[in-house]
Amino acid sequence: MRVEVTVNGQERVADVEPRTLLVHLLREHFALTGTNVGCDTSSCGACTVLLDGESVKSCTVLAAQADGRAVTTIEGLADLDGTLHPLQRAFQENHALQCGYCTPGMVMVSMSILAEHDTLDEATVREGLEGNLCRCTGYHNIVKAVLAAKEAMGASR
Amino acid sequence: MSILGSRVVRREDPSLLRGEGRYVANLSLDRPLFACFVISPFAHATFSQITIEDALAVPGVRHVLRASDLTAKPIPSAIRDRPDGARPILAIDRVRYVGEPVALVLADSPEAAYDGAELVYADFDPLDAVIDPEEALTDATRLFPGGSNVFSSSQVEPDPHLFDGADVVVSERLINQRLAPCSLETRAMAAVPTPDGRLVIYSSTQSAHGLKRTLTRCLDIDDDVIIVRALDVGGGFGAKVTVYPEDVAIAAAALKTGRGIKWTEDRGRSMLGLVHGRAQIQNVELGATKDGTLVGYRLHVIQDCGAYPAFGAVLPTLTCLMAQGTYAIPKVETSYVSVATNTTPISAYRGAGRPEAAAAIERMMDRLALELDMDPVELRRRNLIPKNAFPLRTQTGANYDVGDYLLALDSVCEHAGYAQLRDEQRRRRVNQAPLQLGIGVAVYVEITNGGGSSEYGRVQVQDDGSVLAYSGTSPHGQGHATAWSMLVANELGVSLDQVQVITGDTDLVPRGVGTFGSRSLQTGGVAVAQAAREVSIRAKRVAAAILEASEADIQLGIGGAFVHGSPSMTIDWSTLARRAKEIDDPLDISLDFDPEDATFPFGAHLAVVEVDTETGQTQLVALTAVDDAGKILNPLLAEGQVHGGLAQGIAQALLEEFRYGDDGTPLTPNFADYSVISAPELTSFTLIHQETPTFMNPLGAKGIGESGTIGATPAVWNAVIDAISHRGVRHINLPLTPHKIVEALN
Repeated sequence: MRVEVTVNGQERVADVEPRTLLVHLLREHFALTGTNVGCDTSSCGACTVLLDGESVKSCTVLAAQADGRAVTTIEGLADLDGTLHPLQRAFQENHALQCGYCTPGMVMVSMSILAEHDTLDEATVREGLEGNLCRCTGYHNIVKAVLAAKEAMGASR
Repeated sequence: MSILGSRVVRREDPSLLRGEGRYVANLSLDRPLFACFVISPFAHATFSQITIEDALAVPGVRHVLRASDLTAKPIPSAIRDRPDGARPILAIDRVRYVGEPVALVLADSPEAAYDGAELVYADFDPLDAVIDPEEALTDATRLFPGGSNVFSSSQVEPDPHLFDGADVVVSERLINQRLAPCSLETRAMAAVPTPDGRLVIYSSTQSAHGLKRTLTRCLDIDDDVIIVRALDVGGGFGAKVTVYPEDVAIAAAALKTGRGIKWTEDRGRSMLGLVHGRAQIQNVELGATKDGTLVGYRLHVIQDCGAYPAFGAVLPTLTCLMAQGTYAIPKVETSYVSVATNTTPISAYRGAGRPEAAAAIERMMDRLALELDMDPVELRRRNLIPKNAFPLRTQTGANYDVGDYLLALDSVCEHAGYAQLRDEQRRRRVNQAPLQLGIGVAVYVEITNGGGSSEYGRVQVQDDGSVLAYSGTSPHGQGHATAWSMLVANELGVSLDQVQVITGDTDLVPRGVGTFGSRSLQTGGVAVAQAAREVSIRAKRVAAAILEASEADIQLGIGGAFVHGSPSMTIDWSTLARRAKEIDDPLDISLDFDPEDATFPFGAHLAVVEVDTETGQTQLVALTAVDDAGKILNPLLAEGQVHGGLAQGIAQALLEEFRYGDDGTPLTPNFADYSVISAPELTSFTLIHQETPTFMNPLGAKGIGESGTIGATPAVWNAVIDAISHRGVRHINLPLTPHKIVEALN
């Protein structure tokens, strides 16, 4: 079947099997390998992307469900010249990543945490991160990064 | 001012943050075959035939390989006098755990490989499985028909006078439960034959050279055939030091078919295939006089090895070595037995043998404090090894380098507000509040770079003036590119951007040991720093000759070498490098740093928990930690290591356990059933800085990668028991689930 998806602002078209998952559409058909796969039970959130601005686990969404909608992946955050998004910068400045495997999912879920709350505190960030697993950082610096990004992005507005 | 000790943010982050990670799954190969292993559904069974015709009929399936189709030697047993414990690459006539690889399906797509794997049938004849290590000791069910389930044990004659003079002896049977490492990236490998007869292996490994060595041996090929490259590695935690039968099978299949092969396993297979850790039963006795002076300590470890004698079989030797912990104990007696069960093999998992030692002594110290009706911090204070006692050789033969255990304990108590916490606890107890407060302390010492092994480093200034640093250890999240650049920049005066760090490539780095056992900085880092120092000496010599100045007056910087006080007289790095080569004194130094012995980081952790006495639910309220790893190169990276370790240590105390049914069926084979700890279950940590430099290496550095894990588990364990000890609870085994807590309270 044919799916038309706006990915990181670009119109993309693919011919996929009906069973194809969104994550495989992104990784295999569009060669956007930034979105990683970490489990097969929708538990880890490594594959989190934004679908029409809301975070979803792309291993739990069919490519067909994304038809006609807009997807943002980790590749879509930085400027074209590679300049990092303020949230990505906060991750670097706060050492919120180590092996980096969960990072794309962590960043994308954090995008939606930031969008959904006018103000943020630690407890809210931790609740928001519940569906995303990180084995390296103990979440300490991820929480810090999201709070720092909120402040930085608020200031720039 | 030196860059060492600065909070330098990581150079490796921007590409990872843009989604440009070079994990094996992301590599684009030219029309590879995709691999899927057929795994044993039985914990213990024999078989004689594997039927592959149906699988071969699946469109896209190209090959189905069985043991007889591969030319590969088994992976040798970790126990020398038990060669029968070698791991076959694919099962030959018997399977010993659920998840053991039986056959390998290669197909044009991952989907076809999986479909094919579903249609491979072995005529399994199930045998009785033995899952309980104590039951395995009886040999009623044997995994290896020719030998006992006991792979190794220590021979110790129990000392009848061990507790002479003790007024109190507490004893306990402790469970240090089986854990799954759960790196977010599963095992993954790509094997690509080249036209000139070599085989390039891209692997998610902690030890590129170790992998190359084992592959070369098992495949019985020349040493120059295999090139291993570890690009980005999505976590390891010790489990990716092991070379797996699957690794050998993929490499063998690539040589056999001449095709590139890509293997990334799913989480379900990874939970069974990636080694597990811990898995000890400990019978422990601790004796003291009435005033709390320790008299004797006995630790007997029953180590569950899983189905094959991997590193897990020798783990208890590390536990026994570190049994005494941070205390002056007149008599310490340790013994162990390592026994096979029909479960996933046990090997290194963050801490590997030392968390088990710390948990045992630290749990027993609290147990003893209760018995003596003494404050657990006070009991520790009375028995800690004093700082003027170092260096010292322990009762168990460990050569502790330096330590200041009392300072660590005192500062953790002060920062956490120990006295106020006890007041709050008393209030809640008097009020019979449903949420009871628990305070738990652990003072630990651990061993890093155990064995004192060496590591390779090379620093080279290239003709274009840029600097290459080669290292025998490679990262799986630690930040080598940043840390090693800092070391080079410190010696050569260059900026971090001028340095490129090369790791994890057996073609570019001639030898290496790897990143595990918290050894990387104190071996590989030191080697790179020393090589850079040598290069700086040469650079100054060459510059002095050109500038007709004294070597002592030459300084190095971003732009090259210049005469002190006359920065206009500068020779740039490119000129220096070329000139040095011309006079046969190249700015290129390779060396190995070989430390005399291991180092012994230490620290104190204090956990505060709230236990709901009605539901048994525990919430971590605070965790304060001192982790003294000697001189710190980059506090940002060091703290990151501690945070991750703390989380895993806390998770062991409260949540995680890999469980099997009686017949060997895994009960927690995925992330839905195995409780990897998540953000809301944790809190932000308070880390307290303390540095006691070691004399084992010129950087003064000890390892920091595993410390967090080692102190946190017993601290939280003690805190939970402390919260409910006024209700008569003396001990509960890990993990401290609500169910067990409620049961203990009733």
